[in-house]
Amino acid sequence: MKPDNSALEVRGLTKRFDRLAVDSLDLTIHAGEFYALVGPNGAGKTTTLRMVAGLLRPDAGAVSIFGIDALASPVAAKQVMAWVSDEPMIYDKLTPLEYLEFVAGLWGIAPSVSEPVAQELLSSLGLDAHRHERCEGFSKGMRQKVALAGALVHDPRLIILDEPLTGLDAVSARHVKGLLSERVRAGCTVIMTTHILEVAERMADRIGVIASGRLVAEGTLADLRRQNGHADTSLEELFIALVTLQAAA
Amino acid sequence: MSSATALSWFARHELRLAWREWLAMMTGGRKRRRAAVIGLILFAALLHVPAWAVIGRFADLQLPLDKSSLIVITTTIVLAWTLMLSQAIESVTRVFYARADLDLIMSSPATLTNLFSVRIAAIALAITVMALLFSTPFIDVLVFGGGVRWLTAFGVVIAMGLSAAAIAIAVTILLFRLIGPARTRFVAQILAAIIGAGFVIALQIAAIMNYGTLSRFTILTSDASAAYAPDVDSILWWPARATMGDSAALLSLLALGLVLLGSVMALFSGRFADTAIDAAGYGTAGRRRATERPFRAGSRQQALRRKEFLLLWRDPWLISQTLMQLLYLVPPALLLWRSFSDSSAALTLIAPVMVMAAGQLAGGLAWLTISGEDAPDLVATAPLSPARVIRAKIEVVLIAIAVIFTPLVAALAFASLFQAAITAGAIIVGAASATAIQLWFRVQARRSQFRRRQTSSRLATFAEAFSSIGWAATAALLLALPIAGLVSGLITAGLVAITWKFSPRRE
Repeated sequence: MKPDNSALEVRGLTKRFDRLAVDSLDLTIHAGEFYALVGPNGAGKTTTLRMVAGLLRPDAGAVSIFGIDALASPVAAKQVMAWVSDEPMIYDKLTPLEYLEFVAGLWGIAPSVSEPVAQELLSSLGLDAHRHERCEGFSKGMRQKVALAGALVHDPRLIILDEPLTGLDAVSARHVKGLLSERVRAGCTVIMTTHILEVAERMADRIGVIASGRLVAEGTLADLRRQNGHADTSLEELFIALVTLQAAA
Repeated sequence: MSSATALSWFARHELRLAWREWLAMMTGGRKRRRAAVIGLILFAALLHVPAWAVIGRFADLQLPLDKSSLIVITTTIVLAWTLMLSQAIESVTRVFYARADLDLIMSSPATLTNLFSVRIAAIALAITVMALLFSTPFIDVLVFGGGVRWLTAFGVVIAMGLSAAAIAIAVTILLFRLIGPARTRFVAQILAAIIGAGFVIALQIAAIMNYGTLSRFTILTSDASAAYAPDVDSILWWPARATMGDSAALLSLLALGLVLLGSVMALFSGRFADTAIDAAGYGTAGRRRATERPFRAGSRQQALRRKEFLLLWRDPWLISQTLMQLLYLVPPALLLWRSFSDSSAALTLIAPVMVMAAGQLAGGLAWLTISGEDAPDLVATAPLSPARVIRAKIEVVLIAIAVIFTPLVAALAFASLFQAAITAGAIIVGAASATAIQLWFRVQARRSQFRRRQTSSRLATFAEAFSSIGWAATAALLLALPIAGLVSGLITAGLVAITWKFSPRRE
């Protein structure tokens, strides 16, 4: 049973570019929950999460993170969350350890706390041997792991990940999934977009299906099956059915 | 597809890519391409005015020439050639390290030696066309003033372009073989900087040491130079003679250029692929390691500043650029040292050089720290207001400028306190102006895009250059003619204000 206080509350979130990308979206994610946001390409998943993370200003709506109004007090909201994008953005000329020192410094974490955490994170992500090498020669998987370590080094209460498993090999993906599950067990809230429906099916407490900027279905896998009258179907089949229905509408 | 057809197809492909890249560089990739092209043509037409002022009086020169004239013309040609060689080394290094289509080419069943021969020819062509563009206003002026015989100067530029490209390719590939891909990138940048600036600086140093003047023409037209120079019928004067209409000399130079390029193609096109593979693999082996040290405490801004300083310190472009700026400071510093006892007008020369260098360096540093942020999402999601982020980055630029120029200003203070105060003030204002312009026109980019930063805003590029020149002129005039200095300062401040007015203003 998850606690009922919300980690993230989104109300009427709207964003328009040349077309409506996110359409009056409402979303509530409970503290300590692993939430997967799935949807076809261009559905508005990344735009929604970028607005939540403070990387994009919404046209309308409200975002509350652990009760903090993220639009009115962005600095306070950012203090408790972390963002990992699908394209790992790290500094080529820094080593993983220097990168983590920088991130910890940005979040104002004391070195006595952040340094052992950074060392432990690099070990658990299999980057131990590379901790003093500059990132310029790292593969995409290694870069993604460094970025993930950066998101975890300041011990956020809410972690937002946009396609974190893209480009990772099976072993790296398992490392990342293990680390995220561990964080959720420790009480952290995780929101993740993914195209790998199997991951959402296995890891997420609840799944949100987004299409054309709207949340078209939400709940546990069992809830989704029940709502759509497809017992014993996989998430992939459910997803295709929901998205096809939305496109037809 | 036959081998010849495949080659001509690949050559067309290379030319199309080169043309589009050049057009994007010139127009900044904007849709209003027609307006940009018209603007460029107007700018090229305007360049004829300074070209006339510099070279117009030499249009009447006729063969045969005396030794002094031959020395001056040949030295000017060699100077232009070293600049072309410097550019060529940069271009070749860029081709090796930008993977772009190398994977596609090397995985194709085409004969790589042939394809890379075409690529080498394309590099030579690009360098030659760029040289022709820059030299055209000068040659036009000579043709209008002195007749069609000067048209052969275009042929000399082509021969110079071909030979510069050939030597640049040979030097870069040899560097790869000798010191490996990791060091070649850095060494090539330093080499390009030294070659580009070294020749002029060496001439100036020789002029200062022998005649106490910065003017390189003093040493070139001296009796000593004429005494050491070979006879007027020497092969050494072929470039000068070819420029002035000697068709036999021109044909020899063109043949030499083509033979050099052909030899490089024959010798190195096979190794081009290996070199490209080595460059592509750079980073996967022999990674650079940092020493272990404990995490440091400090505020969030301090963390940001530390990161910026570390990245600047590890930036090969910055090191080569700083080295070049410091190289340019060597001749006036030498002049200052020689004139120290009488504190003559020579002191006045050092102020504008320092102010100009500070402005240029500050502009580059500001772009790297403000626009060239490789992890924008990380910084944007950090619990730090955007204003504090920007402030920390500006502080880094100004601190770096202070660290580099304070010792130089301090040395100047020993000769003249007043001069040092004026120079320091102008350095601060010049660096602040360049930083502000970069701030007003900031565009999110990767650090590796630094070379193409000018394409994001032509206005910012020109404003930054004119602001540095303006503050340098202001410093010089304040020391020589204070009233004129004040006027120059007001004009430059007005220019910066107008730039702000036209900038995409930020909240």
